[in-house]
Amino acid sequence: MNGFASPLAAYLMVAALLFAIGLAGALTRRNAILVLISIELMLNAANLNFIAFWRYGPHPEALTGMMFAIFSIAVAAAEAAVGLGLIIAIYRHTQTTDLDEIKRMKG
Amino acid sequence: MVARDLWLIPAVPIVAAGLIALLKQPMRRLSAWLAIGSLSFSLLLSLAAFAHVVAGWINGNAVREVVNLTWIQVGVSRVELGWILDPLSAVMLVMVTFVGLLIFIYSTGYMEQDENFTRFFCFLSLFAGAMLGVVISNSMLMLFMGWELVGLTSYLLIGFWYQKPAAAAAAKKAFITTRVGDIFFLLGIVWLFAQTGTLLFYNHGSGSMEGLALAGLLSQHAAFGLTAAGAIGLLIFAGAAGKSGQFPLHVWLPDAMEGPTPVSALIHAATMVAAGVFLIARVYPLMAAGALLTNGSGLAGTTTALIVVTWVGAGTAVFAALIAVGQNDIKRILAYSTVSQLGYMMAGLGLGGVAVGMFHLITHAFFKSLLFLGAGSVIHGCHEEQDVRRMGGLKADMPLTFVTYAIGMLALCGFPIFFSGFWSKDGILEAAHQPDAIKGPFYLLVFGALLTAFYMTRQVSYVFFGTWRGHKPAHESPRVMTVPLAILAFFAMALGLIGTPAWPWFRAFLEGRAAGFDWRGFAEPGLMALMLTSSAVVFLGLGLGWWLYGSKSPSPEAPDVLEKDAPWIWAALRDRLYVDELYGVTVIAFYAWWARVADWLDRRVWGGIVAAVAKLFALWAQLNRLLDVYWVDGSFDKACEELSIGGGLIARAQNGRVQIYLRILALAVVVLAAILIWSARP
Repeated sequence: MNGFASPLAAYLMVAALLFAIGLAGALTRRNAILVLISIELMLNAANLNFIAFWRYGPHPEALTGMMFAIFSIAVAAAEAAVGLGLIIAIYRHTQTTDLDEIKRMKG
Repeated sequence: MVARDLWLIPAVPIVAAGLIALLKQPMRRLSAWLAIGSLSFSLLLSLAAFAHVVAGWINGNAVREVVNLTWIQVGVSRVELGWILDPLSAVMLVMVTFVGLLIFIYSTGYMEQDENFTRFFCFLSLFAGAMLGVVISNSMLMLFMGWELVGLTSYLLIGFWYQKPAAAAAAKKAFITTRVGDIFFLLGIVWLFAQTGTLLFYNHGSGSMEGLALAGLLSQHAAFGLTAAGAIGLLIFAGAAGKSGQFPLHVWLPDAMEGPTPVSALIHAATMVAAGVFLIARVYPLMAAGALLTNGSGLAGTTTALIVVTWVGAGTAVFAALIAVGQNDIKRILAYSTVSQLGYMMAGLGLGGVAVGMFHLITHAFFKSLLFLGAGSVIHGCHEEQDVRRMGGLKADMPLTFVTYAIGMLALCGFPIFFSGFWSKDGILEAAHQPDAIKGPFYLLVFGALLTAFYMTRQVSYVFFGTWRGHKPAHESPRVMTVPLAILAFFAMALGLIGTPAWPWFRAFLEGRAAGFDWRGFAEPGLMALMLTSSAVVFLGLGLGWWLYGSKSPSPEAPDVLEKDAPWIWAALRDRLYVDELYGVTVIAFYAWWARVADWLDRRVWGGIVAAVAKLFALWAQLNRLLDVYWVDGSFDKACEELSIGGGLIARAQNGRVQIYLRILALAVVVLAAILIWSARP
């Protein structure tokens, strides 16, 4: 379609970009909730990767890719719930969501 | 009586002593019975042995039975022990056991008030056993062992009342003085053993007192023109001089009177001091070797050793008799008398041979122990008073003691005919008067006899005549004490019978010849003259003593009659001719100085060295400590510190912040991915 990259490569680049943004956020944001959001972003980038490889892979008509993505979303949701529960627990202990403040495991 | 069983005679009293040592202090009767019983047993055995020897003598064959044992064998050399039954040992056995038994019985009365009764009989029994061991010994070593044991028991008995400083000092003095003699004795023994190769006196021809060995000794020459025989003889005499209180080793005997009177009687009158004389008699073949061999018969010639013995003996006889004149303690007079009489015995041995010396030894044992026991009776009756100036008139208060004491005194003085002392002393004077005997000792001995009569009369006058000068009235002693006195008195008179010229039984018995009763024995040229001379001397001494002291009763504080006339001489005699003082400034002073030197050496030199070594060790320990703290510890601590710092540094990575961990993780993944991709590229 375009001379720069094939459609698969374009999707992969977008997913990679999303992943990088999510990684950057997870590694640098101070607020724990924002870290959680970043992690969700990373997960979604991975999902996008799945869909791209399903759409431009050998069997686009099978439901494999779609099942995979739906599973992944469900897992992401469960994992977000757990993560939120952890953050709330930490908040109850330390009265803050600032990750820089949570150093109790300091060795 | 088999010679093989002779060892029982000393062994039984020693075993008894061991048993008594185990008894408790209140078991007095048992201890006395054990001691007396064991010595009675030894007496019976000794009498049996004596009978055996007499029977042999009657049949004409001289008895000399030896039993020898090898104790230790090293290669060819042998250390041998053994005992011998011959006339000499037989008479000594009977004398020692008999007199000893009488004294034991006497002691049960004398020591009755003493609380250490049991200990006393233990030591007495041990002494008896040791003395009998000396008597039967055929081995020089066994004799020496008995000799030392006798010395030990003497020390124990002199110092019996050890809480008294004087007694403890006297015991020490006795032991050390005799030790000086014993060192020479031991040298003689070792030399004899080295030279002859045997310790036995008689061993069927190979003993040291027998011809072969003596010939060997005579051929060896020692220093000062002496043969080995002469030199060894002199060394052995030095030991005998110590034990028998000859000048200059006599100083311990008078001090030994600190012991109980039965001890003085037994040890320092009859037996132990006689051991020295007995020793010379036992080794007489050695002492007379040379004279015997060159002159063939008996005592025609004399040797250097015998000359020395004679002069020392005669000199001591006079020396001690002089000192006895100036003493005021009843026992000390008798002690110096003993020293004097021992000198007589030695002179008798030197001039006349074994029989002459031994006869006087036997008679002296009886009358001197009689005198000592009598003195003990007097002391007991006068309530422990010992100064003759505070006695007097006891003739009436203590008649039995007086009679027996008078008999003993006359025997000692040598009163003619009825008293054994006359015959034994005359035997010595006769030997001294021989035409080929050395000149000089005879006059000394005669002078000594005069002094003996004089000081004994003085003592008897002070004690028994005159008026009582003590505090409380005196009383006679119990029968257990007076009966032994009577028995001894009988023998003090009767023993003379066996030594008269008419019937020289004793001499013949010892020398193994026959003896018949013959009045013509008195007809020997010069004999009657000699007997009259000695009798005259005795009467002169008695008369002088009676004239000066008689029935007068000077008060204790008044000066002595002689003191008024010759104060210088009297002071010298009373102060024992200053021999002790001489020793004090020479030997003892030297010893004290030497002890100080040794002490200085010990404390400064050896102590200094020890201290220096200790200091060195301390320094070394300090050095080690420094090394430890600064080097070992320091390096280790430093290393640990570094580790700690390093650890701290590394621990900084663990800061508990999740996002930091995640960053590191992400970095690691990137690196890993890069590696994987780059490694997969063709």
